[in-house]
Amino acid sequence: MSNRLFAMTALAAVLGGVLPAPTHANPYEHQLKNGLRVIVLEDHRAPTVVHMVWYRAGAMDEKDGDTGTAHALEHLMFKGTKSVGAGEFDKRVAATGGNHNAGTSRDYTNYFQVVPKTALAEVMALEADRMKNLAFDDKQFASEIKVVMEERRLRTDDNPLAQLNEALRATAFTAHPYRRPTIGWMNDLENMTATDARLWYKNWYAPNNAIVVVVGDVSHAEIFKLAEKNYGKYQRIVLPVRKPQTEPRQKGVRRVIVKAPADQAYVMMAWKVPNLRNVKQDREPYALDVLAAVLNGHDAARLSKNLVRGSQIAQSASAGYDGGGRGEALFIMAARPSASKTVEEIETALRSEIKNIAEQGISDEELARVKIQLIASEVYKRDSLMAQAQEIGSAEAAGFSWRDINIQLEQIKTVTADEVQAVAKKYFADDGLTIAVLDPQPVDPKAPKRTPVGFRH
Amino acid sequence: MKSHPANIIHAVAFAGAVFFSALANAGPAIEQWIAPSGARVYFVEIRTLPILDVQVDFTAGGTQVSPGKAGLAGLTAGLLDAGINDADTVLSEEQISGRWVDLGAIVGTSADQDRASVSLRTLSSSAEKEGSLALLSKILASPSFPPEILEREKQRNISAIREGETRPAVIASRRFATLMYPDHPYGILPTTQSVASIERADLVAFHRAHYAASAASVSIIGDVSRAEAEAIAQRLTSALPAGEASNPVPQVTMPLETVEKIAHPATQSHMRVGVPALRRGDPDFFPLIVGNYTLGGGGFASRLIQEVRDKRGLAYSVGSNFSPRKLDGPFEISLQTKRDQADAALKLVNQELAKFIASGPTPVELAAAKKNLVDGFGLRLDSNAKLMAHLSVIGYYQLPLTYLDDYQAKVQAVTIDQIKAAFAKHVPLGGLVTVIVATD
Repeated sequence: MSNRLFAMTALAAVLGGVLPAPTHANPYEHQLKNGLRVIVLEDHRAPTVVHMVWYRAGAMDEKDGDTGTAHALEHLMFKGTKSVGAGEFDKRVAATGGNHNAGTSRDYTNYFQVVPKTALAEVMALEADRMKNLAFDDKQFASEIKVVMEERRLRTDDNPLAQLNEALRATAFTAHPYRRPTIGWMNDLENMTATDARLWYKNWYAPNNAIVVVVGDVSHAEIFKLAEKNYGKYQRIVLPVRKPQTEPRQKGVRRVIVKAPADQAYVMMAWKVPNLRNVKQDREPYALDVLAAVLNGHDAARLSKNLVRGSQIAQSASAGYDGGGRGEALFIMAARPSASKTVEEIETALRSEIKNIAEQGISDEELARVKIQLIASEVYKRDSLMAQAQEIGSAEAAGFSWRDINIQLEQIKTVTADEVQAVAKKYFADDGLTIAVLDPQPVDPKAPKRTPVGFRH
Repeated sequence: MKSHPANIIHAVAFAGAVFFSALANAGPAIEQWIAPSGARVYFVEIRTLPILDVQVDFTAGGTQVSPGKAGLAGLTAGLLDAGINDADTVLSEEQISGRWVDLGAIVGTSADQDRASVSLRTLSSSAEKEGSLALLSKILASPSFPPEILEREKQRNISAIREGETRPAVIASRRFATLMYPDHPYGILPTTQSVASIERADLVAFHRAHYAASAASVSIIGDVSRAEAEAIAQRLTSALPAGEASNPVPQVTMPLETVEKIAHPATQSHMRVGVPALRRGDPDFFPLIVGNYTLGGGGFASRLIQEVRDKRGLAYSVGSNFSPRKLDGPFEISLQTKRDQADAALKLVNQELAKFIASGPTPVELAAAKKNLVDGFGLRLDSNAKLMAHLSVIGYYQLPLTYLDDYQAKVQAVTIDQIKAAFAKHVPLGGLVTVIVATD
């Protein structure tokens, strides 16, 4: 073959050096007297602006019996306020030419509008209004909770892999709130009341529990003034006490099986691993990030190369580490076996991928590739206002600063092969492992079942 | 050594607003020419980010596949980067995927019923750009289609089809397409049997016939000059096969009115209602798109969301959509509801559709639709990636180069009478296809 076409790239060549952290002022940050943090990233490419509000209240702040309240309230936030009628919010944002939506996670609830920059003042006024003046009635609640139940049926109850993921987390965690699904258990949704939702709103929706993120063709000084005008009038509140709810140390492998209509089995393996707390001093979370990337960060990564294309034991395989959240972290590997392969073979193959790294380490080429992907993605993300706003907001909502984003990126670039090998050795014992297996059931129970070979019950 | 990507990143933050400064009134400046290879080229120069996006489209979708070989278009596109073999380059699948990673580039291939698409996003620094374009041109012109990789991908496709046959949403979509297009390639989808019958010779012949420069549409956006874009387009298409004329695709005939129920144990019924309705370039495009905003395309502001979801809590997701294709693409209403509510929800949706076809939007609704579509026009073009989605459609379907410039005026000109007439013509109530999966 010819190498003439494919000279060593500039990207690969610069990887020896640590990149300098950005020194310019953008983004800009300001805190109102009531505790609201405002972060503005000026991006003048197009006359568009993204306005987001992030509340540090997610499913992990719920209690048993009240699961799904954070998410149900997110739906109810569109039902009108004392001065904005039901459905008006949707109509007014649409009339600007913009679009909007909201989302709830284990860690936070967020709301966003994407609008022409001339409409920013209007949508910020609407968003600020519903921070304190939400007014839904019991009838609206009764109707909307039915929508949420339909959402649960769609996303989880009729989705085998979502059920498996729900069972995995409910098994891996016993004390930590990440054991509960964000959308809520169906029985909790059936028993939720309008009063429950109102109490959630009263407890958590306040300027000192919120972060406003604005990205787009704006001037930060004007945004700070606008934020003061719209959000500055609210008082800070005393937030409920958040207890740590630390998960006790797991002492032995846990297994869970989910039966659902499907053709093929699926295996998920989750190990308890440390999460990121101190962006400058921690090392292991970054090494786990790189481990996940070496396994699954790109097309040439190990799981696709070895299990899908090489041995062809899996139709698909993935790995991920979620150490950047408010709660405890899992390192999850998952795969769907190929037609003739068993669940046991997949489990063994996934374990051996970790074992190989624990014993042999990773190559310099693999480490370099992880860094190349990072550098390229830092450029590509600038093509999306929404991606940049999400990155800032999710870091802030998890308790970090937007300033930590670049520190994290630079820290990941300093991870060594030895550090990756060390975490692969340290954290992947069976005692901290939970395995969830999808046991496929025929769609028509009367039809003969195509039993996956060697399925272990 | 080339410029340091990190330096480029920092420069970007200070770049001024040179991107569509006249956005409120016009689209971006599209340049168009024919490359010496015969390929049609569409180019927008955008210098604010050190990124280059390229997409090459061919008439190499499902309609070009011979009977019994459904799945061939997708496998051919998907295996373009499974190996390269020509006079000066032999690369394996692993070598190619490693190259893309080392270049920091993102490459994608796909095929639908009309077209096959190959897309590239690369940094515009010269080593990355040079390496990426070199590799892309080889992938397009000299794929080796290794037989063992074809076998592997056939098995993965077959497994995915089997898995899909257990999922209510997939069952509904597939059956809906088959019933809407009973005697047309648009209704023919890959099956386990059709995929199993595909051989390497089929991929080689399909590539040779349909990946030709004369039929290619090349879209280029980003940090390159016109002169450079000309060279890029020629480079990507000069070594392509000579090709053959596309197979003629028969006209779409309207299906008979059908309601089909399919058993499934899911907790929700999945419903589809629709009809073949709209081709690219149809003069009724604007009345239908503007009208559909009010009916079910305008997100939270649409009638279907208000009536089905907001007022009655019957569904989480409900909407209507036109998907224009080269020939009549589908109009489709889609929703899911708890299975004992399926009849009530379907009745409501059909009532709303009939009411809309009879009366169209109210003047207030029409004004709201226009306001969103006109004032939000810029939001649909405010990144290189979003612009590429439009540019590649303009190029592949040969829409007027002024399509984006004219968009707002054409939306503004739509009247209630035009919407009523267009819906009556394109969405005939007596000919709807309805599929309900998981119902009692």
